[in-house]
Amino acid sequence: MKILVCVSKTPDTTSKVAFTDGNTKFDEAGVQWIINPYDEWYSLVRAIELKEKDASVAIHLVTVGGADTEPIIRKALALGGDEAIRVNSDSTDSYYIAAQIAEIAKQGGYDLIFTGKETLDYNGSSIGGMVAELVDAPYISLATKFDLEGTTATVTREIEGGEEVAEVALPVVVSCQKGVAEQRIPNMRGIMAARTKPLKVVEPVAADALTTVVGFELPPAKAGVKLVDAENVEELVRLLHEEAKAI
Amino acid sequence: MSVLIFIDHADGHVKKSSLEALTYGAKVAAQLGTAAEGLLLGTVTEDIAALGKYGVSKIHQVANDTLNHLDTQVYAAAIAEAVTATGATVVIFSHTPTGKAVAARVSAKLKAGLVTGACALPDTSNGFVVKKGVFSGKAFANVSIQTPVKIISLNPNSYMTVAGEGTATVAPLAITVGTAKIKVTAVNKVSGDVPLTEADIVVSGGRGLKGPENWGILLDLAKVLGAATACSRPVGDAHWRPHHEHVGQTGVQVAPNLYIAVGISGAIQHLAGVNRSKIIVVINKDPEAPFFKAADYGIVGDAFEVLPKLTEAIKKMKASA
Repeated sequence: MKILVCVSKTPDTTSKVAFTDGNTKFDEAGVQWIINPYDEWYSLVRAIELKEKDASVAIHLVTVGGADTEPIIRKALALGGDEAIRVNSDSTDSYYIAAQIAEIAKQGGYDLIFTGKETLDYNGSSIGGMVAELVDAPYISLATKFDLEGTTATVTREIEGGEEVAEVALPVVVSCQKGVAEQRIPNMRGIMAARTKPLKVVEPVAADALTTVVGFELPPAKAGVKLVDAENVEELVRLLHEEAKAI
Repeated sequence: MSVLIFIDHADGHVKKSSLEALTYGAKVAAQLGTAAEGLLLGTVTEDIAALGKYGVSKIHQVANDTLNHLDTQVYAAAIAEAVTATGATVVIFSHTPTGKAVAARVSAKLKAGLVTGACALPDTSNGFVVKKGVFSGKAFANVSIQTPVKIISLNPNSYMTVAGEGTATVAPLAITVGTAKIKVTAVNKVSGDVPLTEADIVVSGGRGLKGPENWGILLDLAKVLGAATACSRPVGDAHWRPHHEHVGQTGVQVAPNLYIAVGISGAIQHLAGVNRSKIIVVINKDPEAPFFKAADYGIVGDAFEVLPKLTEAIKKMKASA
């Protein structure tokens, strides 16, 4: 059983969001980089749990990024990945990135491909679906529970207004979110072991970028909160009804 | 050349998010001087022709019951074929669980550029540029799509539904429907409640409510407003409320017209899940709670006193309206 876990580097949630170069580039000054939490807490940890139940499971990590992504890959290896592949590209186009991951997936012959439900920076939620299409596999998105019995996966996924349980034969691509697993902290043994685990760097294959970010904008600043006296809730109701037209 | 809008449905009814997508798609078509058409996979019980009032002239329907359950592989193949058959150059989805999963596959299949989570009409004055939220609502990106066929998924609640006059012609579309590899064995809908991601109004509670036994006052408020209920992460983690109600960075992201936060301090991770809401009301007894900085209206006060009064005042307002 081989599992491919897709990991991405994102700014920590508490990072200040600002832009440079005439609002065309994310300002990386002082930004703390982390493994995208959906990739780490849910897909990677679930893969590790599957390996803990069945030692024959191999967990490979893949990321598409520059050399500056290596600290987060080492951290993912410290948590429990067996080896990692970095596709050396700074592209931000989801199709281009999915094409790179699909290439790795085809070469490796994986039974299961995990992604996070989205990344915290671009909020695209499209890599999983694109990879699934490119490797011609079924895709189950927004998983909140994942179980494996032989070569059949049982996945609970979010739908509008509830959830549904789906069964599918491997291979399959699954995007994970809260519920699939719980966050873990790497231990010292894992951190030591990660230093010597294989981290292979490969050059990207030819693929088209279908989109380009032209520029960024910050949302207009809020006008400031209008405080209403706790003894006068009628005034809040009036404001919400007449001014905000929200109720 | 036309704009094709994917119409999603559940339990025989077209989803509210799809009505927004139809309205949005009709506007995009008008902007490009072309026709807006709908695409319905599967069958519904309501009158499809009436969807013409949202601005679509024609609805292509693949009336095959296999399509009443989502298998992204089957859906993507059918939609890609429909795009080619109808000659559509812009395809619109809703950025909902179904839309997110299917749009990505269709994009890869057709090699058509995709912008997910769009929040405004595309700028077609010079190319085709779509605005979307990034960094969990903390910023926007303007993304240019360079391919001949362009795909957009529209954020729910970011484009108001406008119903006018008109009837659409319904045309059966003969396309290949594949065999589903995914078998759905159970569907659990939260019955009777308003689905969180579709709600116009969300009432959300945090640790300030002190315990699950105190949720009654929040549920009463939600009831008079017809609102969905949500909670902060500590509340979900402590199992005071079901985890699917957890709103925030790692939980559900919502964008209602009105978000009322009760006893939630407003940690940055929580704000990341709610800052796309149009109007935010914060009720907290701590005047220093960071949430007030992100709010439009606020009350500094004890939730246990304020909430019942607020519920009564809204009841009175509704009765007189």
